[in-house]
Amino acid sequence: MLRAEGLRHTFGRVIALDDVTFSLAPGQTLAVFGPNGAGKTTLLKVLAGLIRPGAGSATVSGGRRAVGWISHQSHLYDHLTLRENLLFWAALYDVPRAARAARATAAMRRLGIDDRADQAVWSLSRGLVQRAAIAKVLIHDPQVLLLDEPFTGLDLAAAAEVRALLGELRGAGRIVVLATHNVDEGVELATDIAFQHRGRFVHFAPRGARTAAQISDEYRRAVARE
Amino acid sequence: MNDVLRHAWTVARKDLVLEFRTRTALLSAVVFTALVLTVFNFGRDPTAVATIDLAPSILWVTFSFAAMLALNRAFQLELENQALEGLLVSPISRTSLYWGKLLANLVFVAVVEAVGLPLFVLFFDVPVGRVLVPLIGVIALATIGFVAVGTLFSAMVIRTRFAELMLPVLLLPFLIPPLTGAVQVTAKLLAGRPLSEVEGWLKLLAAYDIVFVALATLLFPTTVDE
Repeated sequence: MLRAEGLRHTFGRVIALDDVTFSLAPGQTLAVFGPNGAGKTTLLKVLAGLIRPGAGSATVSGGRRAVGWISHQSHLYDHLTLRENLLFWAALYDVPRAARAARATAAMRRLGIDDRADQAVWSLSRGLVQRAAIAKVLIHDPQVLLLDEPFTGLDLAAAAEVRALLGELRGAGRIVVLATHNVDEGVELATDIAFQHRGRFVHFAPRGARTAAQISDEYRRAVARE
Repeated sequence: MNDVLRHAWTVARKDLVLEFRTRTALLSAVVFTALVLTVFNFGRDPTAVATIDLAPSILWVTFSFAAMLALNRAFQLELENQALEGLLVSPISRTSLYWGKLLANLVFVAVVEAVGLPLFVLFFDVPVGRVLVPLIGVIALATIGFVAVGTLFSAMVIRTRFAELMLPVLLLPFLIPPLTGAVQVTAKLLAGRPLSEVEGWLKLLAAYDIVFVALATLLFPTTVDE
């Protein structure tokens, strides 16, 4: 279970979160759409426990161990190999020592980067690093996935693979919060849709039978109204 | 406590692997040590002041400035792909993170000192044979203290502009007690005086270590949390 209640946060005079309240149960995927500076990243940082909100609270069943966060950055060390990076993060998340190597291999295979396992991260392309960042998050099998523009840098085929993977995770009962400014990217995965503008959820509802085009249209109108 | 130590070791081992693989800061610190000792060796007038009177100060000035190069890089490598965010979101405690960084810095500075001490003996022809063990003990005592404070300040300044300038400005005042103690004890040891004559200084060094390791551990979370 993921619950956010009355989240507020400001950076000086800039309102990053304004009374954001929602809750998600296992199997739900919330796509948060908003223009640059709407507060999407701040929301994910608060949910991940990186920022303490000015007001309100965010709770995740299972605590920090249950959260996997993919941000704009890969959180990988350039001078470690891909495998060394994954084993490092597996150790920090207390993945049993005997299972770490197998989990790392499985995660890399799932993202199609197992042939790059012993390459240093600095030698990988942007797209491969993004896949590696997703593999890093999968290694501790999180119950809640927080994804900040996860398709950035991916080519069409890789983006489709990642979408399929996220669909599988949703099917396996994971909670996913996906923040993006691109409506087309996130709609097909979402069970719930939120539009965020100046820190506030100006729309929050189940996706229902709405098509991507309808949601895109509603989003444009909602942002224009604000 | 086991988890704290295990995670700390994981962080320290990763830092050491990264450093010994790239060797950037290590080589810089070793070269810096050799250069400073060379400059002092050729820059002094041996007829004006006896070597034995100058040597302790030269040794500790060299060690403390070389250590700053090490301390500067401690959190710098966490800025690579914003790995620090990943560490802060992971379930490891801030204490593990601080102790891991402290341990890696201690090993790093110890390597620099292990190279610097023979060079010091070579350049200044000081009789360390008889007092080698207590001298190493004093070096260890003083190093723990200033690396503990330096690791904390390194985390504090890492998100500021001019972090590399800020660190010495903040750190140097805090180095006065351990450096004074270390210079006094080293001078007595090199002069062949018994350890009982410097008992007070040794107690000061030990007290400084205990107080500042504890204080830095307590204060560390406030320096890294947003």
